[in-house]
Amino acid sequence: MWDLCTNALDTARLRGAAYGDVRVMHLRQRDLTTKNGQVGTLSQSESIGLGIRVLANGAWGFASTDRLTREGVATCAAQSVSIAKASALAKRSEVVLAPEKAYVDSWQSPFRKDPFEIPLETQLALLLAADAEMRSVKGVTLTETDMQFRKIDSWFASSIGSRIHQRKVISGCGIAATSFQGEEIQKRSYPNSFGGQHALQGYELVDSLDLMRNAPIVAEEAAALHSAAQCPEKVGTLILGASQLGLQIHESIGHPIELDRVLGQEANFAGTSFLTLDQLNQLKYASSIVNVVADARLDHGQGLGTFAYDDEGVPAQCTDIIKAGKFRGYLSNRETAHLVGLDRSSGTMRTESWNRLPIIRMTNVSLLPGTWDYDDLIADTHDGILMETNRSWSIDDRRYQFQFSTEIGWEIKGGKKIRMLKNPSYSGITTEFWNSCDAICRFNHWTLWGTPNCGKGQPMQTMGTGHGASPARFRNVRIGTAFSNQ
Amino acid sequence: MKLLSKAAAELLPERDLRRIVDTVLRLAKSTVGEETEVHVDEVANALTRFANNGIHQNVAEHGLTVSIRTVTDGRTARATTNRIDEDSLRAAIETSLSLAHSQPKDPRLLPMPGKQRYRRVNRFIKQTVALSAEGRARAVRRACDLAVKKGQVAAGIYSSGQSQSALANSRGLFASYRETHSEFSITVQEGPAASWAKANSADVRAFDPQKLAARASEKSHLAVNARELAPGRYTVILEPAAVLDLVGFLFYDFAATALADKRSCLNDRMGKQLFGQNISITDDVYHSLQQGAPFDGEGLPRQRVVLVDRGIPKNLVYSRAAAKATGKKPTGHGFALPNEYGEAPMNLVFGGGDSSIEKMVASTDRGLLVTRLWYIREVDPYEKVMTGMTRDGLFLVENGKVTGAVRNFRFNQSLIEMLKNVELLGPAVRAAGEEAFEMVVPAMKVRNFHFSEATKF
Repeated sequence: MWDLCTNALDTARLRGAAYGDVRVMHLRQRDLTTKNGQVGTLSQSESIGLGIRVLANGAWGFASTDRLTREGVATCAAQSVSIAKASALAKRSEVVLAPEKAYVDSWQSPFRKDPFEIPLETQLALLLAADAEMRSVKGVTLTETDMQFRKIDSWFASSIGSRIHQRKVISGCGIAATSFQGEEIQKRSYPNSFGGQHALQGYELVDSLDLMRNAPIVAEEAAALHSAAQCPEKVGTLILGASQLGLQIHESIGHPIELDRVLGQEANFAGTSFLTLDQLNQLKYASSIVNVVADARLDHGQGLGTFAYDDEGVPAQCTDIIKAGKFRGYLSNRETAHLVGLDRSSGTMRTESWNRLPIIRMTNVSLLPGTWDYDDLIADTHDGILMETNRSWSIDDRRYQFQFSTEIGWEIKGGKKIRMLKNPSYSGITTEFWNSCDAICRFNHWTLWGTPNCGKGQPMQTMGTGHGASPARFRNVRIGTAFSNQ
Repeated sequence: MKLLSKAAAELLPERDLRRIVDTVLRLAKSTVGEETEVHVDEVANALTRFANNGIHQNVAEHGLTVSIRTVTDGRTARATTNRIDEDSLRAAIETSLSLAHSQPKDPRLLPMPGKQRYRRVNRFIKQTVALSAEGRARAVRRACDLAVKKGQVAAGIYSSGQSQSALANSRGLFASYRETHSEFSITVQEGPAASWAKANSADVRAFDPQKLAARASEKSHLAVNARELAPGRYTVILEPAAVLDLVGFLFYDFAATALADKRSCLNDRMGKQLFGQNISITDDVYHSLQQGAPFDGEGLPRQRVVLVDRGIPKNLVYSRAAAKATGKKPTGHGFALPNEYGEAPMNLVFGGGDSSIEKMVASTDRGLLVTRLWYIREVDPYEKVMTGMTRDGLFLVENGKVTGAVRNFRFNQSLIEMLKNVELLGPAVRAAGEEAFEMVVPAMKVRNFHFSEATKF
């Protein structure tokens, strides 16, 4: 692979590139699903190719190919330089990159069980058994299960001398039960909606989920939701379960801190950000108990945003985003770091595949644990609603006004969960919401959730991001708006 | 197999696709597989991206995948690779068979279809293929210069590309298709205000980037000094992009499998007057403004299907398996097997009317003109309540005229209710948004559209 990389970089240099970096990537994926006791998807895929990014005449060009011959790679590299020169016809400023060292390294994400070595029969048998458990519950009309495994090898080389090989193993698994009765569809998922939990782990992730114990629980809840009370519309106290809080972090903290959005580079598609440059170190983003980091290091956990080096050859780092409630940092790359006074990229350039340009992405953007025990948090809540497991999510293009709904809610009165609520939802303004946080649960309730489906960029790229969270409480939140019909 | 000598941006000639297909079918004959299906898909795309009045990203890609489905002893599975040497293709066949063997027998699995006849469509335009990086850069430069001249900031994309696919199976079926595509999208910001315009087509000559830039620039200027209005129910005039991104969420509800799974909003509602009588919807891949292959994931010819006739849901689309299960005929809308979703109409065409945005504005005492919508998600799958935001140009209409800009709203609106409340329709056009794939839809004037909250800009 290194020969292909060298060939591409040499060709680019000879054609006039002042800088180049190249990624050869080999992606393997296995997808298994079941529905109503039958196997649904059963497929495996592999893809290998090369992408090269170059600077020529002060502008960027990128080209990719799956024709991994000497001729194919050289043609691709030459094309990237031609494209960069075309970019220069409409550039507004010279690209300047923050300095970075050259690294020669090889890294593999840790895993105990290679999911591609586990017999398919074993994997399918577990899914079909969980599916059967859910179908045995009266009132359930649709059952779905899934597993997804990926193994990604990448070889990164740059014209400053880096040569980095990384291998990542990613697993995902989840189950869901749906119940249609009367004029209502209700659904419960485990351990999270939209495919379950995903992490930079091997098959041990699946082992840890205990699907068989949880399958009847979610099935019974899906059926029971039909007779639950409607979530009221009011302004009140809200407790979010950890997975829902993970998505809240993703949408209302993770995206607005992306420096490319802040600088207008995503204005046409993903949008911009309310976090204009003047807000750094000034904005009181959240209450003083809120601490958020963007941490790609393995020390933080095995999340979908964990790696050793980003796709620009910058080592994984931990960046303070919110410290004691104050806004402290953005996600940057080598091109944008200097715009926020940094002398180095924060290491967040990531690409979906060999045929996509690396762009600024969340790594693991996590809310650090607080001090509360979960039972104490419930006991301390006189009147509130607990919401768990995302059902829908939406936020404006500056990441300011949001609305979420969850699969299930629980009314809390006098420090106790007293009854199930259906169709829960809440909405708010990002900074008002985070400033209303008055309790965060401690580390034993903290999970590094994986969001496998974050879309950004043109052409669209799908990326996995990590979000550590534990249940937390928010005051004076607008609740029930989504189902209001006023 | 020597197929690797073409230039990066060119597609292989069809004879080379056939050679790949024939190789797979030949190699599969020597295995225990009883049936084999092969899809070959190739893309060559380029996209120029600009922001802050200059190009900041500029990319090109070429890729080819071979996807193989085998059947053995009543079991099926799929393996996909982008390596086309014989060893890699043989390995993909063996992987597919290994996957297939690992599961229980599927008594509902149908034999693969035999040879089919397809209606020809021509959506491969040489002028689109000829658009170069330099050509895109010059057009972007002109659009950005316009923004600079007006004291505005432009961001967007200009893309072009070509793709082709071939589908064949061991029962003699062979289908192939190629098309081109091009797209220009621009957001123009003036201070905190912004507006947007977008178009796409197989034929790059079908739209003018300069006109789109001028439209976005003009509307951006109109969007300054937006004032906050109270949320509530408003008459709205939805431009085609706003209509598309809402009604696009209905497409899977018309899948027979979705009804069988009881996750469609049409369960217990087929044949009833669900929408207004002015709403008719067909699925028609052959419509002159549509794109896409004239065959489905199993190689069946796509049929034109009337889904909604004057407000009444009349028909669904059926894959072969869904048709067999329900005693219907397949309509050519199945996804590639194996899958759990069955089928879906992917080429929706709404019936239009004889109104226009201008006439809708003129006929409105008080309402809102909506340029586009953003981040739309389903809140209630049966009542089809959708939430999302307005974006890039929301304007107040008073006494038949646009009188100013309004801060963006969040909506929570049932699509079923919305399609009962359509007062006027414009001509159906090929609309491009961001939430749904492209469809042919009209602008709509809708009463009692529910905005639940306002944002700060």
